Amino acid sequence: MRGGIRKAAAPHPSQHATEGHAMTTPTIEEPHTAEAPKPTKRARRATRIAEAASGGWKVLLFKVIALGIIDAMALYAILVLVQSEQWLIAGIVLAVTAFANWIYFSRGHLPAKYLIPGLIFLFVFQIFAAGYTGYVAFTNYGTGHNSTKDSAINALMLSAQERVPDSPAYQLTIVEQLGELSFLVTDPDGDVRLGGEERPLEPVDNAEMDGGKAVGVPGYNTLSFAQIVADQQRIADMAVPISDDPNDGALRTPDGSVAYAYVSKLVYDEAADTMTDTRTGVVYSDIGTGAFTAPDGTELLPGWQIFVGFDNFVRAFGEESIRGPFFSVLTWTFVFAFLSVFLCFAAGLFLAIVFNDPRMKSKRYYRVIMILPYAFPGFLSALVWAGMMNQEFGFINVVLFGGADIPWLTNEWLAKFSILLVNLWLGFPYMFLICTGALQAIPDELQEAARVDGASAWQVFRNIKLPLLFVAVAPLLIASFAYNFNNFVLIYMLTGGGPRDVSAGVNVGATDILISMVYKVAFVGSTSDYGLASAFSIIIFLLVGTISVIAFRRTKALEELV
Amino acid sequence: MKVNKKGAIGLAAIVAGSAVVLAGCAGGGGGNETEAPESAGSITVWVDADRAGVLEDAAKDFTADTGVEVKLVQKEFGEIRDQFVQQVPTGEGPDIAVGAHDWLGVLVTNGVVAPVELGDTASDFEQVAIDAWSYEGQTYGVPYAIENIGLLRNTDLVAEAPTSYDDMIAKGTAAGTEYAFLVGLDPEASDPYHLYPFQTSFGAPVFGTDADGAYDPADLQIGNAGGQEFATWLASQGATGAGVFNTNITGDLARENFVAGKSPFFLTGPWNVPAAEEAGLNIAVDPIPSAGGQDAQPFAGVQGFFLSSESENRLAANEFLINYIGSEEVQTALYEVGGRAPALTAAFDAAVGSDPITAGFGEVGANAVPMPSIPEMGSVWQFWGVTQAAIINGQGGDPVELWNKMASDIQAAIE
Repeated sequence: MRGGIRKAAAPHPSQHATEGHAMTTPTIEEPHTAEAPKPTKRARRATRIAEAASGGWKVLLFKVIALGIIDAMALYAILVLVQSEQWLIAGIVLAVTAFANWIYFSRGHLPAKYLIPGLIFLFVFQIFAAGYTGYVAFTNYGTGHNSTKDSAINALMLSAQERVPDSPAYQLTIVEQLGELSFLVTDPDGDVRLGGEERPLEPVDNAEMDGGKAVGVPGYNTLSFAQIVADQQRIADMAVPISDDPNDGALRTPDGSVAYAYVSKLVYDEAADTMTDTRTGVVYSDIGTGAFTAPDGTELLPGWQIFVGFDNFVRAFGEESIRGPFFSVLTWTFVFAFLSVFLCFAAGLFLAIVFNDPRMKSKRYYRVIMILPYAFPGFLSALVWAGMMNQEFGFINVVLFGGADIPWLTNEWLAKFSILLVNLWLGFPYMFLICTGALQAIPDELQEAARVDGASAWQVFRNIKLPLLFVAVAPLLIASFAYNFNNFVLIYMLTGGGPRDVSAGVNVGATDILISMVYKVAFVGSTSDYGLASAFSIIIFLLVGTISVIAFRRTKALEELV
Repeated sequence: MKVNKKGAIGLAAIVAGSAVVLAGCAGGGGGNETEAPESAGSITVWVDADRAGVLEDAAKDFTADTGVEVKLVQKEFGEIRDQFVQQVPTGEGPDIAVGAHDWLGVLVTNGVVAPVELGDTASDFEQVAIDAWSYEGQTYGVPYAIENIGLLRNTDLVAEAPTSYDDMIAKGTAAGTEYAFLVGLDPEASDPYHLYPFQTSFGAPVFGTDADGAYDPADLQIGNAGGQEFATWLASQGATGAGVFNTNITGDLARENFVAGKSPFFLTGPWNVPAAEEAGLNIAVDPIPSAGGQDAQPFAGVQGFFLSSESENRLAANEFLINYIGSEEVQTALYEVGGRAPALTAAFDAAVGSDPITAGFGEVGANAVPMPSIPEMGSVWQFWGVTQAAIINGQGGDPVELWNKMASDIQAAIE
């Protein structure tokens, strides 16, 4: 690193000379440098600057400290991850940290030194997120398929424990003998019994009693609450059969001081990998759908996450609630995105031209006002607009239209218009900004030359300014199109996709765009289907991606034209 | 911007994705259970800011009594459900979290909650609270607060509680204010939650109940004869009829008008009481008047604390839940910060005795039914509100036909 910078800062004398000659305004010192082979004052100064820039020991110290902090954090993260058995993530953290250390402590690899932090963030925030979305799209992840099979079995068994009807609460003392735990229980009649896992309760007659509760028995150690807590996982999982008949149930304790008799609604057969309902006898088996399923198709939920291949994509096109309104929604999405960009751009360009005119006074203040809509958070503005567009009490109808009864948000076509209007209000400042910038970048000479050649103002605009402007802003227009294609916030906050045709029987309204429709389909009420949602976002990505690629190709052609 | 471009769905995936990454990182900060699993141990509780103070005191007592440490982690109430669902499977979730009973469908279906055995203490709680926290025959939490709507009355405008809906409108009209009665609705989605007591007064609950008293998704009742009667009545009170219901009066507008004294009656929950009291209004909470002759039963929302299915500290967590959060002291303290009727009967009675507003809501709540927490309810919300709005606004034709169409759409969505 050091060497590289020194070289760049103090170029070879001869090289420097050529540069000097090429410059339009050479300095007086220039020839000196060219003639003298040994370091001059200027070269020495350059070396000093380079030295300071590369920092010497200060930079090295900074490097060591910064990397030290990062390494310490990484090490801690790895320790924690290893403890919670997240091997993959721990491995990734380890690899990335090792790589960063290697890059920064080795000589050379200058580009890598600059790119590494950016690349890491790119990976975490973009590539990982996109990759994870892709991964989820091929799973059944969502409500009911939230975790692993083991967790699902655990949750099913926990919920399946039903208290034996009308059974009493048993006072419980937990006792231990040779490392084996037993329940010492006193039932409401005062009878004391002792039992353990696989050892049904047996009467005990020599128990130590304390206020009607057995608290100890000779030969056994009584566990204190702290000891119980220390061993609570084992105790919480203990099931002490009441008798030899499993139908009488088994004692379990929720808190270590009381035991209740439970029978399990479900029995898990580990060898056969089936769940059996003890009351109906129905056998639920794992048939590869991510949940225990009965022969008649009933699923026991929770299930678990599995790979489902292209199922989500098939459903995305097969689901009736999507197929029905799909084309009208797709059309409106395109119309909405295109018109939003077009209107915002037209308004922004017009204003930019007006405010770019030298005859315009107090431009600065107008410009500030113009930018204001851009400064408010979009979702807030959408909510405020929704209030202003209230049919009966909204500002627009009451004040601007003198008490008119215009259904801005509840009529199908007016709602579409309102959406475009609000989006215009939200979006034109951005276009105004970039157009102002692009216009100011166009050299005045071009305009003057055209004028001299006798071009009219319109011709100057149409044939010179606009094409040059397009070269600069076309990529931004494409980005803006892609953004509006997925402008969920505006739709959700302003109309919620409505108004809906109640007789249509689908939960899709007149102003729903693809993304808001997908949201309604994949997140019904409180249940969510992340798999389906991810599949949809990939489909939408492909749509937007294709359009963008085509548009960018055309922009290139535009550039060549100019 | 980058995130927006991907859309909210992408965002959800990113959130889910980063949850995995963050779970790893957060483990570094929290490192909770893993650090000292063998010793006296500790339990982690997710709680919202309002309740954190009360729980801190309870936690101190618990630690003093048992030696088990309680780690309180503050979360935004609305975010707890989804974070709980995402983090419990990673092993980084808490042992206990605070929440609303209507999350149960999602929590149970995802297998992230464990049943809580209240044992004989179950009878110490208000019945509606226990019913609300029950799911498929199991109780999944220790309830602490019951929330439901009631009829706020401006006592300066109308001196006596109305005996029926018609009586209320008559009294409201006689008061000579701009509106006889106010309820916040939405132009697009009406507000089925607020209108539900009127619907039940016609004998049309959303779902029927099974032998245990739990909602039965196979028994959709919304489209029954009572429901059709309700639809006709709703149209008669809407834009083309008496004009009492106006979907353009949103919740905010309704509150504003009530506070300004423009109506003697306001159908709302305890959340709007502070605004009315600050404005110096003298208010009373009345039972919701019946429109269809039967009991007007609003939905009750019951808040409580629940237990993670992956908890490694189940005994200690249960002890804390049942004997501390379930104690009268904590329940009363939670009532004092939240202003909602306590779920524990002893605390409930004390609160009702000391505050007429709580007593008013509590009285209505005694008649309330838990909001269904079964996942099928999602399909109901999709169609319920827009149909009500269409009926109130006199759009889309015959109200009974619209109502029947809605019932069949819901039925189809459930299947």
